[in-house]
Formats: sequence, structure tokens, C-alpha cells
Amino acid sequence: MPIEILMPALSPTMEEGNLSKWLKNEGDKVVAGDVIAEIETDKATMEVEAVDEGTIGKILIAAGTEGVKVNTPIAVLLQDGESAADVGKSAAPAKAEVPAKAEAPSEEKVEAAKPAAAPVAAAPKTEIAADPDIPAGTEMVSTTVREALRDAMAEEMRRDGDVFVMGEEVAEYQGAYKITQGLLQEFGPRRVVDTPITEHGFAGVGVGAAMAGLKPIVEFMTFNFAMQAIDQIINSAAKTLYMSGGQMGAPIVFRGPNGAAARVAAQHSQCYAAWYSHIPGLKVVMPYTAADAKGLLKAAIRDPNPIIFLENEILYGQSFDVPKLDDFVLPIGKARIHKQGKDVTIVSFGIGMTYAVKAEAELRGLGIDAEIIDLRTIRPLDLDTIIASVKKTNRLVVVEEGFPQSSVGDHIANQVSQRAFDFLDAPVITIAGKDVPMPYAANLEKLALPNVGEVIEAVKAVAYR
Amino acid sequence: MATAARKAPAKSKSDGKSGLSAPKPAEFTKDEELAAYRHMLLIRRFEEKAGQLYGMGFIGGFCHLYIGQEAVVTGMKMALIDGDQMITAYRDHGHMLAMELSPRGVMAELTGRRGGLSRGKGGSMHMFSKEKHFYGGHGIVGAQVSLGTGLAFANRYRENNNVSLTYFGDGAANQGQVYESFNMASLWKLPVIYIIENNRYAMGTSVSRSSAETNFSHRGASFKIPGIQVDGMDVRAVKSAGDQAAEWCRAGNGPIILEMQTYRYRGHSMSDPAKYRSKEEVQKMRSDHDPIEQVKARLIDKKWASEDELKTIDKEVRDIVADAAEFAQNDAEPDPSELWTDIVL
Repeated sequence: MPIEILMPALSPTMEEGNLSKWLKNEGDKVVAGDVIAEIETDKATMEVEAVDEGTIGKILIAAGTEGVKVNTPIAVLLQDGESAADVGKSAAPAKAEVPAKAEAPSEEKVEAAKPAAAPVAAAPKTEIAADPDIPAGTEMVSTTVREALRDAMAEEMRRDGDVFVMGEEVAEYQGAYKITQGLLQEFGPRRVVDTPITEHGFAGVGVGAAMAGLKPIVEFMTFNFAMQAIDQIINSAAKTLYMSGGQMGAPIVFRGPNGAAARVAAQHSQCYAAWYSHIPGLKVVMPYTAADAKGLLKAAIRDPNPIIFLENEILYGQSFDVPKLDDFVLPIGKARIHKQGKDVTIVSFGIGMTYAVKAEAELRGLGIDAEIIDLRTIRPLDLDTIIASVKKTNRLVVVEEGFPQSSVGDHIANQVSQRAFDFLDAPVITIAGKDVPMPYAANLEKLALPNVGEVIEAVKAVAYR
Repeated sequence: MATAARKAPAKSKSDGKSGLSAPKPAEFTKDEELAAYRHMLLIRRFEEKAGQLYGMGFIGGFCHLYIGQEAVVTGMKMALIDGDQMITAYRDHGHMLAMELSPRGVMAELTGRRGGLSRGKGGSMHMFSKEKHFYGGHGIVGAQVSLGTGLAFANRYRENNNVSLTYFGDGAANQGQVYESFNMASLWKLPVIYIIENNRYAMGTSVSRSSAETNFSHRGASFKIPGIQVDGMDVRAVKSAGDQAAEWCRAGNGPIILEMQTYRYRGHSMSDPAKYRSKEEVQKMRSDHDPIEQVKARLIDKKWASEDELKTIDKEVRDIVADAAEFAQNDAEPDPSELWTDIVL
């Protein structure tokens, strides 16, 4: 039987890709290992190799096709004795489902969250409330979070010669997640510095350079690896200003993907928002939209303090409207009302927002008008915005992906109970990741993360519905 | 520790590309000898006073004295040019005095008063001076090595002619980030002098019990960083090695290691009874190798100063220290509002 060649998944978060080029034509013989096509993912251009021997019987997806879903048949390989007439009688492999797309566990009463890898796009559209920091009538450009981050760095590097970026694979490789793409070409190796795999050391080198007055952007390939460097971040970067009686601090940005990606298991799937938010002397920023990613990264680079800038790999490829402004800088420490509402307040940040946004859309169908607050900055925390909202809605649900104990939500619940107790009509509910190391198996991973159903149930509970 | 061994050039097969050997101790002029004498004596008397104030309860927490090691910072300071940076760990009082920070400011920081260099918020282990290019004063063993490498990174980035003097001890020399830093410094040809103050004990653990390679000048071999063993009790030897190392860095050759073979007379900190070594060992170092006595003997030998003249210097130094101690005991504590300042800008 002819063999179907399927669109391969070439990274943990890849859902689809562009079939940029065929290197073999119909009728060509291939052996295992031959490069037959090139695929472009949001991170890189990759070669597709033949796994089996045979003759290309038919090309099913033409070169130049964009958005080809993983596991779509892209060609048919004929084996000895088969002819083009056999195309269409393919063997089974194509039908195999990718495990990540397995059915949701049935105990979910409400529609369960899609796997983390398939966020907002599928949900009914929530109109994002206008950000008062963006002038009305500003032209908006659809931009991915990835491009927004790169643009922010490039703009700040053009503006200030003391700004440079260092980290693993930031220069010649163009960024492990392509965030620094093009920076080496524009700014050269003096300002775009590839480091050895040496997190502890290069974090310290960055802090030392910052103490000497430069403005480093230190990229961690993921914040999981920054555990190696956490002493320099906390003991050197965060505390020097205080210990020197205000004489010298560290104007430095530590940035990189944080939290769970997809199927990368316990050591690569941890949210550090609560960890770093514990530390006086640090500011902790965790954007959700591309506009916030851009405006806040520019602000972080200009800020004279050490900033932890927590990104998310799953959000990198998502597009949002970004204002077309020459110099779009947002204030650190200010939450954004993502959607106005009157019945209940949902507070979230970073990728946690994807659950809040989807839940809100469903809640509207149930007649509940939720207000969504995107914190954007975890430290300093904009409690005033949260409390003003709670005074209006009298109900609060907090959503995050990090672990539950001593979570950001715990802190918010505590502060709201101290500062707005009389305004609460129900106990604050905090939704977090489960209190377990992140499992690898697709079904377990999904269970470990928060889901939309939990958010909806929590909102209904605080609304007594 | 035999003096001959200490003075032996560090040349060996594992020296990488260095080809460097310990230079001959510099011949000091009369003015240089007198300056070295005065500077080392200031550190010695200051530290003795700090020990006394600790015993009286004026200084709290940890307090690590530099007595015995004075020649290292004094000789290295003589090799610096304006703008060169210095960074070290927590045994830092001597480094600060060598960088000409005010004895009052240092002592008042030790007593936690508002006139302290960090306004009372850093203490003995955490002091800084942007003005004098002194970058601390760090409490985490080895952390200053990465930071000092970063200072050198800034020098190279700015293409200035400055060098980062990054001090650490034989104990810190076993920390992982030291080697991460060596690798980057060598890769990027950063102007940093790694000064390993080998005082023979990492807290209470002797070098031979904690280090597989006890020749610290060889610790850069895997990174092609040359190293020199220096008699750290002889201020002239330190100065010569410092000159050579600074020249090496300023010429764009990248980092260099100076292993300063030195000795601390006191315990690791005030609370260390130092039972891991014999009284005789300490006494022998004091009587045979004391850095201050060596200079004093030369000054008298060469008739560059009389006992009386040296006593006058001693008196002047004691007055400076007494003034600093007086200030540090009587200065006010920080205003309570200081609790909330300097956290973020």
C-alpha cells in the first residue's frame, strides 16, 4: 500500500507550518534520509527527511502552502510495484492522532480547556478594552508577541548605545525561539553576544556590567535554566542598590520564556512569577498581549532597576494588535482592564489570561458579565485596580498557571481580604496549576494545568449561580 | 610555606600560553616604601580597632579581618590607573581603605550608623563606592568573580583602558561560577586580573583538604589564562606582579590570574577560634614574613627613616583610626525612614 507522508511536528509547540519548498518531484525515487521538502515553522526553516524508501507518487500539498496542520498528509510514497493508480489506498499511519489532541477527560462538566498549545484563536472573540495608554485613533498593526519583543529590543538598542543583549544562541543562531532574530545583523557581535551555556556566570557578568552602568538584556533560553543563576539575580542584582545606600544598582533585564510550554515535563515547565515577586528590589513583568510585550519590554530596558520579564513560548506565535507609534512605552506596575464587566472580577496575567478570556466568552452566554484584569506587572502589584474592580463586582477569581501554595493569587486574596473585606460577597477563589511536578503524558499535563471549566465553575461559585 | 617556593615562577606545562613568570620584586623608592608602610599600617590598625569594637558590641554580625594580608591590596593599588575597578568578597575593609575610602565611612558602616558608606544598610560585608570605583563587598562566596568579569566586560564594551581587579580567596576558587567566568573572560579577552588571595584556609579547611590543585596560578589553564604565583607578603612583589598583569590586560591580551600567597593572622571571622592550625604556624608567619615589618626593616636598613620617624607615622595612623572609631561609635543610627529607601529607583 502507498505510504502517506505527513506534515511533521518539529517543535513542542508546533501546531502548523508552511510547506515552503519541495525538493523532490512526483516520480522521483527517494531513500530514507533524503531531504524531500522544507518546512517553515514560526521558529525556523526545517528540512523534512524521508523515513521510507519509494517513489513520490503524488504531492498533496503544493509548495508555498501556508498553515498546514501537523499530521496532514503532504505526499504519497509509492513502494515497489505500485503505480500512481494506487494513490488513495494509503495505509493507516496518516490517521494516527497526535496525542496532544486527544479527547478531553470526560469528567469535565463544562467544555474543558483546549490543550495549552491551542489557546485564544478557537474561543469566541473577546473585544479587548481600549488601553488608556494608547491614544484613541492610533493605527493598529497585527503583530506576534515574538515580533513585538524583537521590535522592542531593536528600538531600544537604536536609542541607547549602552543597551546590549546577551545569552545562549541569541546572535548567530538568531535566538533559540527567534526572539532576537535579525539583531546580530543590525547591531553586530559587540552588542548581541552569544554566551557559553553558563547561566550562573553570564547572569553575574550581566549584573557586573549593569553595576558599571551598561544596560544589559540577559536572555535565558527558559527561566527554568535561570535557577542556575538565581543567586546572582537575587543576591547581586536585587539587593545592591539597598546595600550600597543607593549608590549603585543594576539596570538589567532578565527575559525569556517562562512557565509550561507543551509536553516538556517537570524540569522545563515552571512558572516563576510568584518566586521573583517575593523579592524586594526586583520588578516582575509578565505580559499577555503583543502590545503589552512591546510597551513593557521597552519600559523594562529603560528602567534603572533589575527587571524579571517573563514571556511564554506558547504566546510567542500569537498575534495581537500593536499600536503603530514611534515610541510606544507602557508604565510598569499598572494593570490593564482587558474587558469591562460588572458581575465578577477575574484577575490573571501572562498565559493565564487565555483561560480567563475563553471563560469570559462562555460566561456571557450564561448571563454573567465578567470583568477581566490583566495584571501585566506582578511586582509592583497594581492592587488599586483590583480593589476598585472588586468594589464594583464584589466577587474575585484569580487565575494563574503557577503552583498553588504561596501563589500570586494567594497574595491577592490576602490583600483584598485585608483591604476590601466588606466589599466581598463571596470568598476569593484562586485557580492555579495543580500541586504536582508537571507530568509529561498529554492527558496528565492537561490535568495539571488550569482549564477554562475550572474558571467558569469558580465564577459561578462566587456569583452563587 | 617556604619563601623560596612562594617566589618560584609559575611557569609550567599547564600554564597554557602564558610564558609569564613572576617578575622580580620591584625596587621601591623611599617615597614608595614610606607610602606602602603607611597604607599597610592604616589597614592593620583599623582592623585591630574593628576587632576591639566588635568585642565591645559596637559591631554586629559577621566581621572578617584582613590582618596579615595588607600587602596584597596595597601593592595592587600601586598598579592601578584612574578608573580601574576593584571588587572583592566580604573580607573587604582593607580593600576599601586601599581604594582611599574614608576610614570614618568604613568604620561607621561597621557600626551600622548613618555616616557609613552604605548609610548603615550594608554592614561589614557589603560596602560600595561608585566614586572610587569600588564595587563591593559581596557576601556570597564567588559571586563577585562573575560580577568583576562583568565590570571588565563594560570596560571592553566602552573600549576604555581600564582593568577590573577581581579578588577572591582560595575557598571561592572552587566555586563553579569562577570557571564559567574564566571561560567567558578568556573567550572575549576581557581586561580582568583575577587575584586569588590564597591565605591557606577556606574558613577552617586548609587548601590541601579542599583543593585538588593547590597551585591556584594554574587554575586558568583550561581556559588559556596565564597565572603567576606571587609572594603576597612582600608588597614589592605584589606591585611588580600587578604592573605586569595590568600591562597584560591593557594590551588586550585578556584575563590573567595572580595567586597571592598570603596569610591571615586572625580567624576567618570574629567568631572563629581558629583551632584548625597551630599557634606556632601563625607565630612563624608573623615573625618571619610580616608584610609591614618587612618594609619597616628596609626603611631602617636603608636609613630612609628612623625609628622615631616611623613612630610618628604610627601615631598619625593611630589618630586617624581613633577618629574613625570615635565617629563610628557616636554617629546616629540611620533614620527609621531609611528602611524604605533605596529598594527600587
